[in-house]
Amino acid sequence: MPSAPPEAQARLSYRDAVREAIRCALRGDPRTFLMGEDVGRYGGSYAVSKGLLEEFGDERIRDTPLSESAFVGAGIGAALAGLRPIVEVMTVNFSLLALDQIVNNAATLSHMSGGQLNVPVVIRLATGAGRQLAAQHSHSLEGWYAHIPGLRIAVPATIDDARYMLAAALESPDPVLLFEHLYLYNMEGSLTPGIERVDLEHAAIRRPGRDVTLITYGWSLYKCLEAATTLASEGIQAEVLDLRTLRPLDDATIVSSVRRTRHAVIVDEGWRSGSLSAEVTTRLVEQAFYELDAPVARVCTAEVPVPYAKHLEETALPSAARIASAVREMLTRGGSA
Amino acid sequence: MSAGTEVALTREHGLELLREMMRIRGFEDRCYQLYGEAKIRGFLHLYNGEEAVAVGAMRALRPGDAIVSTYREHGHALARGIPMNKIMAELFGRQTGCSRGRGGSMHIFDASRRFYGGNAIVAGGLPIAAGLALAQQLQRQSDITACFFGDGAVAEGEFHETLNLASIWKLPVLFLCENNLYAMGTALERAQAETDIAAKARAYRIESTAVDGMDVSSVEHAVNNAADKIRNQGGPAFLEMRTYRFRAHSMFDPQLYREKSEIEAWRKKGPIVTLTTRMKALGLMTEEDYRRLEDDAASEIDAAVQFADSSPWEPAADLERFVYAERAS
Ligand SMILES: Cc1ncc(C[n+]2csc(CCOP(=O)(O)OP(=O)(O)O)c2C)c(N)n1
Ligand SMILES: [Mg+2]
Repeated sequence: MPSAPPEAQARLSYRDAVREAIRCALRGDPRTFLMGEDVGRYGGSYAVSKGLLEEFGDERIRDTPLSESAFVGAGIGAALAGLRPIVEVMTVNFSLLALDQIVNNAATLSHMSGGQLNVPVVIRLATGAGRQLAAQHSHSLEGWYAHIPGLRIAVPATIDDARYMLAAALESPDPVLLFEHLYLYNMEGSLTPGIERVDLEHAAIRRPGRDVTLITYGWSLYKCLEAATTLASEGIQAEVLDLRTLRPLDDATIVSSVRRTRHAVIVDEGWRSGSLSAEVTTRLVEQAFYELDAPVARVCTAEVPVPYAKHLEETALPSAARIASAVREMLTRGGSA
Repeated sequence: MSAGTEVALTREHGLELLREMMRIRGFEDRCYQLYGEAKIRGFLHLYNGEEAVAVGAMRALRPGDAIVSTYREHGHALARGIPMNKIMAELFGRQTGCSRGRGGSMHIFDASRRFYGGNAIVAGGLPIAAGLALAQQLQRQSDITACFFGDGAVAEGEFHETLNLASIWKLPVLFLCENNLYAMGTALERAQAETDIAAKARAYRIESTAVDGMDVSSVEHAVNNAADKIRNQGGPAFLEMRTYRFRAHSMFDPQLYREKSEIEAWRKKGPIVTLTTRMKALGLMTEEDYRRLEDDAASEIDAAVQFADSSPWEPAADLERFVYAERAS
């Protein structure tokens, strides 16, 4: 590859970054194609695939009927036969209609066949709340999918990850679910010069700090960064850890950060009970119990189907203010000095 | 389209149908505006062009019948008699809304009117409708369940599973497919191998008819017949309402998938213009009548906006209410 021209560092949106990732994948590998509801003519329900039909034609940019189970299953089948499908499920909410294919087929076939079969399918899903779409359109079920052995779950939160995680997912011989928070599509930024690939194994420290580790992913990353800025003005140095992949979890990075800060707050847009935040907490208890100066705290979505009204939705979701106060409470009550 | 035979239209009846359609049209035109003013947020799916289906169908149904709807349900809700104030307040996210602001545009419910809601998952309402109808059957009621859904839903497994179940169990459910030719940007012929939707229901041995969904009288007549048949003989029935939406799918739709000329051609067949023209030609109404209906609708809508805008918010402290039942069922 020629070295990146200067305009590669121009500002772009998260949506543009995902589109560029898909475009590169399609250009680089004839086995790859994109399919999903309204990815072609409509231009993608979040405009991610806009323009791709014109560029690649309808064999590789395939509009599907509203048949989630059938087209996700077809993606799995095509992957079994050696292709590298990118299946777009408009949102995670609708993936519930394809749950059987994902959980009973994609996740099991490699193991159940004694390693004879692989399912190198990539499923992209918009996830999350924050746009007043009410309960049936606001689920954050990525942590729920992370319960399933056989699946790889990745959550691009930054422009770099939006741009390069897809390639890593397509290289994986396993089924990968990529969760794109719908709130991030409009976020703008620029690509980090020098980065041309990312992995699906490691968490990333997005802001270093010594007093507490905020463990998060997705849209909540930005709420944590905002909370960290506020806390810094109060003399509290929060480290912000972006999980990036929810399965497998990068225990080493999580544990080594918490060993340094001795405090952990987990921020998850999923619900608290039986959740990803519960899993991370347990791992910290198992692996860093004696290094913790305070019980692990969690900031999650209230245990309600996410409501429509703005003030109710905001109350339900994690916020920078709630995160900052969880930290303050931990540090004052914990008496960590 | 066979079930569309005309019944003699009277002045009174015609004006009632027109009044209902104009209420819905006016209400939604205002919603469109209010979305621009950020009073209404989230997804907003307008029914503009399809009013004849809701109005004709609700006319023919009885108060005891159960209704299951979709996210494009303002018309169904208004025609069912849910007060406009409560619907507008719901769109504003207020405590006085039908769902106390928790549902918004896509989730209007009114248990007292047996309106089991807007469902925002395509085809998600069909199985529930079968269950409501099963209860009616087991309780030996003469009420039926009417289930609205779009042409897009026909591609979902839930559609096929429910039609089959309703047929083998002879459930008193009336399937009302609102075929507006598009599911978001996907034209029917690009999503369906068999575009004759009514024929699909026949494959499950369900009596099925295609209806001119732009003509409110045809809709009313067809729903009357189908509902009578279900009440008298049991078993499901299916009506494919051929209609068209004039506006975008939602507020975020650049409409790259269809020509303006197509929309214009359908507008000429719009349910409000055609009924008005027909009634005027028959000497059943005057331009003055039309103006009066328009004014009536406008004042009801103004009052609803006023009501919604001055209504209180649900206290944030009550966020976690209703996740579980607060009363014995
Ligand atoms: C299971 C599911 N898949 C996708 C969507 C996203 N979506 C919302 S409305 C819609 C189109 C549905 O079209 P149709 O059933 O014809 O109803 P219309 O909008 O035309 O009234 C789609 C794809 C959804 N809500 N649910
Ligand atoms: Mg449709």
